[in-house]
Amino acid sequence: MTTTLPAYDEVVARFEPVIGLETHVELGTNTKMFCGCPTDFGGAPNTRVCPVCLGLPGSLPVANKAAIEATIRIGLALNCSIAEWCRFARKNYFYPDMPKNFQISQYDEPLCVDGYLDVEVNGETVRIGIERVHLEEDTGKTLHVGGATGRIHGATESLVDYNRAGIPLVEIVTKPVTGTGALAPEVARAYVTELRDVIRSLGVSDVRMEEGSLRCDVNTSLNLPGEEWGTRTETKNVNSLRSVERAVRSEMIRQASVLDAGGRITQETRHFHEDTGDTTPGRSKETATDYRYFPEPDLVPLAPDPTWVAELKAALPELPRLHRRRLQEQWGLSDLDMQSVLNAGAVELIEATVAAGATPAAARKWWLGELSRRANEAGVELADVGATPSQVAELQSLVDAGKLNDKLARTVLEGVVGGEGTPTEIMTNRNLEVVSDTGALTAAVDEAIAANPDIADKVRGGKTAAAGALVGAVMKTTRGQADAKTVRELILERLGVQG
Amino acid sequence: MAAISREEVAHLARLSRLAVTEEELDTFAGQLDVILQAVAQVGEVAAADIPPTSHSVPLTNVLREDVVTPCLTPEEALSGAPDAEEQRFRVPRILDEDVAS
Repeated sequence: MTTTLPAYDEVVARFEPVIGLETHVELGTNTKMFCGCPTDFGGAPNTRVCPVCLGLPGSLPVANKAAIEATIRIGLALNCSIAEWCRFARKNYFYPDMPKNFQISQYDEPLCVDGYLDVEVNGETVRIGIERVHLEEDTGKTLHVGGATGRIHGATESLVDYNRAGIPLVEIVTKPVTGTGALAPEVARAYVTELRDVIRSLGVSDVRMEEGSLRCDVNTSLNLPGEEWGTRTETKNVNSLRSVERAVRSEMIRQASVLDAGGRITQETRHFHEDTGDTTPGRSKETATDYRYFPEPDLVPLAPDPTWVAELKAALPELPRLHRRRLQEQWGLSDLDMQSVLNAGAVELIEATVAAGATPAAARKWWLGELSRRANEAGVELADVGATPSQVAELQSLVDAGKLNDKLARTVLEGVVGGEGTPTEIMTNRNLEVVSDTGALTAAVDEAIAANPDIADKVRGGKTAAAGALVGAVMKTTRGQADAKTVRELILERLGVQG
Repeated sequence: MAAISREEVAHLARLSRLAVTEEELDTFAGQLDVILQAVAQVGEVAAADIPPTSHSVPLTNVLREDVVTPCLTPEEALSGAPDAEEQRFRVPRILDEDVAS
């Protein structure tokens, strides 16, 4: 197709989007959902498997209590009702990513239902309805080989590693999100971000999209104002927060162009491509597998004790939104300033830096200034820039102690990011400490005065502003390693002028 | 009226990745029909006040603690596999299918 795509502004001027998000979260339990195999990321192929997760005859699953607890806590944090009684179900399909030809999941009786999550977009609160939170098991990893590229097309066989098969996986499904108009892509991103933060605050998963412990599918449809919802597509393979936003936007534009040309949207799975930012069709839903769900006979029903659920609810940590509001107050930031901290992904970093002894203002300065700039340049998340909150706090303490000026502190920070060591080590090793030896400084000042008699005269005559040029000269001879304020005071003193 | 049609049997066979001949379809449709008719008779006896049974034992909340237990060695794990390569199970390629999620 060579059709010119409509501009995004045009699309949202004419169509109303409806979006929905399905998010999968791998729980950070010690063991798998239905057996005692460990769950740690990585590991040589098929070293974390047993008769249960390999589906060998005669083996029986037993549900992991910690996974049930984690799922209930996620449900409670998302304001869901917790089922008094529910069952696991078999989802039957024949594909080698599960060795037993079915996946244990939940079907019409999820553990948690009917909640919501409030997210903030451009200072507005958008309430996203949560349809359900259920528990299932993750699948194995399939490697397609024999073809030229290792992709599924052209492959002649598949090699399967079942280390991941059976790891507890929580699926969180939103209700359809309507009425967000042009903001739909940002709302989708804000939702996944907030969901990630909530789950991280519960400590039940490391929720890392790049490692696949948080995975997201995005449903999108368009309709004309006042008309019924359009046919939706499901976009898979959305592996970063930025991609969530891009996937919704590009799918809205693509659907608009199909509709404009008089076409119909096919209900299908589409795959998002990180490099191009667009989607290509996958399997059509019309030929979707019939999963023939039925209650899992090998697992007895769950009936969470209401007292236990109430205890879990009472013990929930402060959720990110409230936590952020409290921090904003403590740090004395305006909504706008707090928003820039959020956008930079710096909340936790600043919080940890303050906890390590820096003032909120200083912590914010480093993370939003120099370090954000470096993270952008390197194309990495701020948290991965190479400096830790405790290093930043240490750097600031050296500045506060007068050992580093602003310029030297930046040089030291460069060393920290480059992995040269702690700020103190770098300062010492590279001899970057501010010259505090008054004798050496006085000599440099006298030298500057002698070299610039005209300026010295001006200053003596009362034009103290002219002293700046002498300060510059001293800074140059000390290679920037002097405190400008001290130098200035010293110059005025030597010239017999009151500061 | 048959409880299962020949087409439904063909559909189930396809879902189960079973190659079933035309003659077998007739045979299995007939056999499955007899089984389903028998089950339907039981269904007729069940009154409205009898809930469907999914589990024969009156138990709930059989859970285990989150404690690691020993795994199989890769050699043991792969010992029953028809084929293996790079310590992985080797299977024929599967196209036009989606993984579950």
